[in-house]
Amino acid sequence: MAHKTIAHAIAHKKGDAVAVAVGDLLPGEAVQVRVLDGSGPLTVKTRDAIPLGHKVALIEVPAGQDVIEYGERIGRATQPIAIGAHVHVHNVKSARWSA
Amino acid sequence: MRLTGYRRQNGAAGIRNHVVILPLDDLSNAAAEGAARLIPGALPLPHAYGRLQFGEDLDLFFRTMIGTGENPNVAAVVVVGIEPKWTQRLSDGIAKTGKPVEAFSIEGAGDLRTIERAARAAKVMMQDASEQQREPIEPKDLVISLKCGESDTTLGIAGNPALGRAVDCLVGEGATVIFGETSELTGGEHLIAARCATPEVREAFLRTYAAYIEFIQSTGADLLGSQPTEGNIAGGLSTIEEKALGNIQKTGTHPVRSVLAPAEAPKGPGLHFMDTSSAAAEMITLAGAAGSVLHFFTTGQGNVIGNPIVPVIKISPNPNTTGPMSEHIDVDLSRLLSGEMSLEEAGDRVLELFERTVCGRLTDAEVLGHREFVLTKLYRSA
Repeated sequence: MAHKTIAHAIAHKKGDAVAVAVGDLLPGEAVQVRVLDGSGPLTVKTRDAIPLGHKVALIEVPAGQDVIEYGERIGRATQPIAIGAHVHVHNVKSARWSA
Repeated sequence: MRLTGYRRQNGAAGIRNHVVILPLDDLSNAAAEGAARLIPGALPLPHAYGRLQFGEDLDLFFRTMIGTGENPNVAAVVVVGIEPKWTQRLSDGIAKTGKPVEAFSIEGAGDLRTIERAARAAKVMMQDASEQQREPIEPKDLVISLKCGESDTTLGIAGNPALGRAVDCLVGEGATVIFGETSELTGGEHLIAARCATPEVREAFLRTYAAYIEFIQSTGADLLGSQPTEGNIAGGLSTIEEKALGNIQKTGTHPVRSVLAPAEAPKGPGLHFMDTSSAAAEMITLAGAAGSVLHFFTTGQGNVIGNPIVPVIKISPNPNTTGPMSEHIDVDLSRLLSGEMSLEEAGDRVLELFERTVCGRLTDAEVLGHREFVLTKLYRSA
């Protein structure tokens, strides 16, 4: 952990459901989240391994609900998403382009 | 900011001084490249099209080819084409700028005689261009373009907001800036619409956006199969909306002044939207034809794009890319992710490299020989 820098993940706006990992995160890590609008920082405990650039859930998102990032909808949850979970194509899907 | 460039006959400012040997059509590539082999430094632009195109597709073809010759980074042009009529049409279009243009057609002469004629013309142009001096120019003299590629989430949180700051600064100083990637605005198109300068521009933007999406859907293709791409998904992007919201960060905050057809030159300063594909080489070729003399390209997973006449500055905040692909990344912003660099500092780094590149520093893509010149084709030829 000594090499870790101040924030482990970055979120765009207050209220966003996800933050982006800025390093590879392990399950069970207590993650410091910097929020770009200056509203943070937040902390979240990871449930899954989250590679650099992938998203960690900051709040619970029930199945079928919008997933918010940048203060905007990036898609819908296809299954319930728990706090600290890896958020990606396995549990979020475009609300605009759907097969 | 102290900038220098080449002032052209029509007042436009370029930052490079290329002598281009421009084949009108696919058949003329061999002669154009043959002439360029005899005159080191002359730049041939081979491409795949120019035969039996018609209608809107033909108009776009000529607009792109003429615009490429007109680009202020080009000092002079030798046009080589199979038939005299279209060869002349291309050459006349470029000559309106006042720059030296000579045209040669292959029919009745053959490749070898045409190569000699084209090489002799290019030789004189190279010597004339070598005497042209750089002079002071300003941001307001320049047309610049933007695109990202092999995107990932690190662009949305770091690379594109940093570029957006630099773009805001350049637009503030009077520069003309073009962005595009019509279908990759999906999910963020309402944010661009809200920034359109007038209701007319907004209506044109929304109409253009809807037409592109309708075109893609009319093919019956599964959009989810190509967007986000495999590379995007590996980099953590989950949906087209997330990709778009990251994408538009690089456009900064200024209003959108106009909606441009592909390869159409902007008519005034400020930020302009061009209706383009999101494929990197196609978009930058169209921007170059619209007069862009420098392109900013942010990449997450590592796109290696370049263009023969438009220097491409590549920017990445992803340490997994800036490390192993360092020879392709002009501006390494990976310290943004670790929190060791502020967005303000990152924007300044982009502007610093902008200044040096305008003044003549070669980009990574120029040194590595990336010359992707790719025409946009709207439909099948006749």
